[in-house]
Amino acid sequence: MTDAVSPVETYFRDLAALLDRSLGGGERYTCRLDAESSDFVRFNRGKVRQPGSVTQGYLRLSLIDGNRHADQSLTVSGDLASDREAVFAALRGLRATLAGLPDDPHLAYATDVSSSRVVRHGSLPAAEAIVEAVLDAAHGLDLVGIYAGGPVYRGFANSLGQRNWHEVASFSLQWSLYHRADKAVKSAYGGFDWDGAVLAEKMAGARERLGLLARPSKALEPGRYRAYLAPSAMEEIAGMLCWGGFSGRALQTRQSCLFRLNEGSARLDPSVSFSEKTSEGIAPAFQDDGFARPNEVPLVDDGRMVGSLVSPRTGREFTLAHNGANASETPESLEMQGGTLAADDALDLLDTGLYIGNLHYLNFSDRPACRLTGMTRFASFWVESGRIVAPVDVMRFDDTVFRLLGSELAGLTTERELLVSSDTYHQRDVASMRLPGAVVREMAFTL
Amino acid sequence: MPTFPDLFRQLHSDAQFWSLRVVDEQAECYAVRKNVPQPPALVSDRGAMLTARADGGCGYAATSDLSPRGLQAALDRATAWARATASRSLIDFRAMPTPAPRGSYASPEVEGSRRSQREWYELLNEESRGAGFDPRIVDWEATVEARVGEHRLLTSAGGDVVQRYRFVMPGIAVTAHADGDTQMRTLNGYRGLAQQGGESMLERFAYAGSGRRVAEEALELLFAPNCPSGTTDVLLMPDQVILQIHESIGHPLELDRILGDERNFAGTSFVTLDMFGTYRYGSELLNVSFDPTLPEELASYAFDDDGTAAAKVYLIRNGILERPLGGALSQARAGLPGVANSRADNWNRPPIDRMANINLEPGDASLGELIAGIERGVLMSTNSSWSIDDSRNKFQFGCEWGRLIENGKLSTVVKNPNYRGISASFWRSLARVGDASTMEVLGTPFCGKGEPSQVIRVGHAAPACVFTGVDVFGGEA
Repeated sequence: MTDAVSPVETYFRDLAALLDRSLGGGERYTCRLDAESSDFVRFNRGKVRQPGSVTQGYLRLSLIDGNRHADQSLTVSGDLASDREAVFAALRGLRATLAGLPDDPHLAYATDVSSSRVVRHGSLPAAEAIVEAVLDAAHGLDLVGIYAGGPVYRGFANSLGQRNWHEVASFSLQWSLYHRADKAVKSAYGGFDWDGAVLAEKMAGARERLGLLARPSKALEPGRYRAYLAPSAMEEIAGMLCWGGFSGRALQTRQSCLFRLNEGSARLDPSVSFSEKTSEGIAPAFQDDGFARPNEVPLVDDGRMVGSLVSPRTGREFTLAHNGANASETPESLEMQGGTLAADDALDLLDTGLYIGNLHYLNFSDRPACRLTGMTRFASFWVESGRIVAPVDVMRFDDTVFRLLGSELAGLTTERELLVSSDTYHQRDVASMRLPGAVVREMAFTL
Repeated sequence: MPTFPDLFRQLHSDAQFWSLRVVDEQAECYAVRKNVPQPPALVSDRGAMLTARADGGCGYAATSDLSPRGLQAALDRATAWARATASRSLIDFRAMPTPAPRGSYASPEVEGSRRSQREWYELLNEESRGAGFDPRIVDWEATVEARVGEHRLLTSAGGDVVQRYRFVMPGIAVTAHADGDTQMRTLNGYRGLAQQGGESMLERFAYAGSGRRVAEEALELLFAPNCPSGTTDVLLMPDQVILQIHESIGHPLELDRILGDERNFAGTSFVTLDMFGTYRYGSELLNVSFDPTLPEELASYAFDDDGTAAAKVYLIRNGILERPLGGALSQARAGLPGVANSRADNWNRPPIDRMANINLEPGDASLGELIAGIERGVLMSTNSSWSIDDSRNKFQFGCEWGRLIENGKLSTVVKNPNYRGISASFWRSLARVGDASTMEVLGTPFCGKGEPSQVIRVGHAAPACVFTGVDVFGGEA
C-alpha cells in the first residue's frame, strides 16, 4: 500500500468532480475507468520479435434518469483539459438516448456509498532491463513468449460520492522453451517485485524439463488412461466452468454447464470445493457498477453446488440476493480447495498414466452434461511406476467434469498454485485462480 | 482542429522510418432480452499507434492521447524501443522496405441511411416477441451491433491511406429447456451474421421473422435424439464450413505461426515452409482464396495495416497448397510470396499476420444434388463448439443442428452433432462442393490470436460441402 497519488488517480478524481458538477436535476451517473500503461515485449527464437508500449484509458459512463439508463464507453487521454469536451459530448449523447428509452425493470446501481482505495507498487525495473535479463537467462535456447508489465488502474465513481480506486503495478512473463516441433516446456513468472534470482531458478527448472523432451516421444492410442492434471492444466478445466458455469443467470435459465449439479442430478467428489475469494485475489473488491464484493462467495462445497455469482441486474430479474458479481457473472478470483495428496506423491499415486502439464483449446462437446474436449499441450509425459518415461504426442480428450472431478477423482494435491491470468485481450486482465493438481483414475482420450 | 496529416507533419524523430496509424470507431449495441429492452451500450474508441524503425530495430507505442504532445511522446517511446532492442531483434529492419501507400477504401453504404435507436428497438422487440412463445423457451435475445470506423495510416515515406468502414452484426439466440436438457439455437451462431455495409444485409438474411423460426428449431432440438455415432458422410452447411475453413485452413496457413511467433500462445502449424507449391492439402475440389474484394464481406479492405495493397489470390488451388497468409514482413522473413494480411485489431495492438477474407470457392452442385448424393450421412449446421490442437491438426467441432440423411433424403433432426478429424487428411475427403446458390458470405468479429492478444474481424464465404468417412457422434446419453 502507498499513500502516493498517481497522476491517473488525480485525473480520475477530477473527472468525477467534473461529472458531479455537470448533472441535471434528477440525473445520476456511475463511471468506471479502465486504464493502463503497459510494456509488451514479444520474443521468438531467443530474440526480440515485437517491443512496444501501450498507454490507454477507457471510461464507461452510465447516465441514469429515473429508471432509464444508457452506457457510453469512450477513450480518454488522461488530461482532463483535453477530455472535457468528449465527456460533455458523451453526456449530451446519453441524455438524447435516454429520452427515447423505456424504464428498465432490472436497473440496479449502488446506493450504499462504499469507497475504497488499494494502491500497490512493487519493485519493477525498466522493461528494457528485463528484456536483457530474460534473453541472457535463455542464452542458447529457443525461447518464445511475452513480457507484459506496468501499472493497471481501475476506478469507480458515482454521483452519490462513492469513489473506488484500484492501482496495481505488476508484471507477467510467459515463455516456452522449444525442443522441436510441438515439444516445449511452458513457464510463467509474475508478480509485483522483479527478482532476477527467481527468473534464473525458473529458467533452470525449465531447462531441466526440456531435457526430458529430448527422449523419443510416445504416441498413445485412443482409450482411457489414468492421468495427473497439473494446476496449469486444471486452470483450463476451471476456466471452462467459469464460462457461465457459476453464473446465477445461467443457472436460472439452465444454460450453465453446472445446472445439473445445481439441481442435484449430478455430483462432484466430496473433496471438491470452489469459491470466489476476492480477498485472496488481485482483482478489485468492487464491481463495474460500484457494488462491493464480499471477501468470499462459496460456490461448490462437499461436491455440491452451494452458491452462484449473482450480479445486481440478475438479482433484480430473478429476485435473488446479489453478491457483487460483474455483469458476466464470471469468477475473477476463483479458489479450489486442496486435498490430502502431497504434490511430491502425485506421480506415485498416478503410477502409470499421463502427466498433463497443460491443456489447450477446450470447448464443450455437450454443455448440459459438462462434457469437455481439448488437447494436451507442452510438457505432457507418459509415466510408468511413478517415473516419467517419455514425452507424449498431443492427444485429444473428451470427458465430463462430473467424471474427472467426480466419480474418477483419485486425489487433489494439498499444494495449490496461484495462476495469474495472462489474458491481454483489450487490456491486461486482473483475474487469478488458486488451484491444486488432480489425479484421476480414468480420463477418456479420443484422437 | 488540426488534421492527422497536420499532426503527423509536426512529429519529429531521428528514426529511419516511422508511421502513424489512427483508428476511430463508433458503435451502437442494442439488445432486447426476454422482451425487455436492455440499456444501449454506445462505444467511441479512438487512439493511435506510432511505429519507428531505428538502427535495425523496430518498436511501437500506442496512446489514447491524440494531442501533439501525446503523439510525440508515443513516437519517442517507439523510437527508444527500436534502439534499445536493435541488437536483440529477430529481424533486421534495415532490410525491410519503407511503405509509402496512397489510397482509400469505403464499405458499401458507408454514407447510407441508418436506423434510429427507436427503429432498432422496434425490430428487436418484434423478434423477441416472436421467439418467446412457449414456456420451455427459457431465455432468448435479439441483438445488433452497428459500427462505423475510419482507419488512417501515414508514413514518413509519404504514405497516406484512409479506409472507412461500416458494419452491421445482428443476432438471435434462443435457449430451450425441458426434462433435464438444454438446447440453444442461434441465427448462424453468436454474431454469426456479420457483414460490411448497411442494413440491407437484414433483408439478405431474412432477419425479420427469424426469432420465431430460431425458437421453433430450439424446441425441435430439445426433443430430438442425439446424433448417432459412427463413420459416415457429412454435409456441412456454410455456417459450419466457415468454421472448418477458419480453424483448419486459415490458422495453419498463417505465416507467423509457421515462423514460430505464436508458439507460446495460439500455437504453431503442421504446415511447414517447404510445403508451398507441392503439398496436397485437399481433394481436387478444394479451392481457397484470400479475397479482400467482396464488398459486403467482413474483412474487405484496400490496404492492410502495414500499407500493403490487397488483392485476391489463391491459397489452395485444385487441392494444392500455393501460398501462405503472410504480410510483407513475414514474406521477407520466409522468402515466400504472401498476401496483404498484416492487421491489428485496434489502435492499441501492433499488426500481425491475420486471416482476412478466406473463402472456399463454389463448385457445381445444388443443395438438392448434395443431399441426393448421400446414401447415409448427417447434415450439420451452425457451429457451437470448436477445439483444435496447437499445430492445427487434430480437431473436434460441434454444431447446433443436425439432420440425418438417408437414401438421398433428409430425415430425422438430431441434437448435439459433433465430428472429429485431422486437418491434414480431412480436406482430402472433400467429395462435393456446392454451387454459388449454396454460398453464404459470413464471418466473425471474434478471431483471437497474438501476444498481446487481439480479437479481430474475419470474413468467410463458403458453399455447402460434403465430406466422406467422417467420425461423427452425439452428446451424452
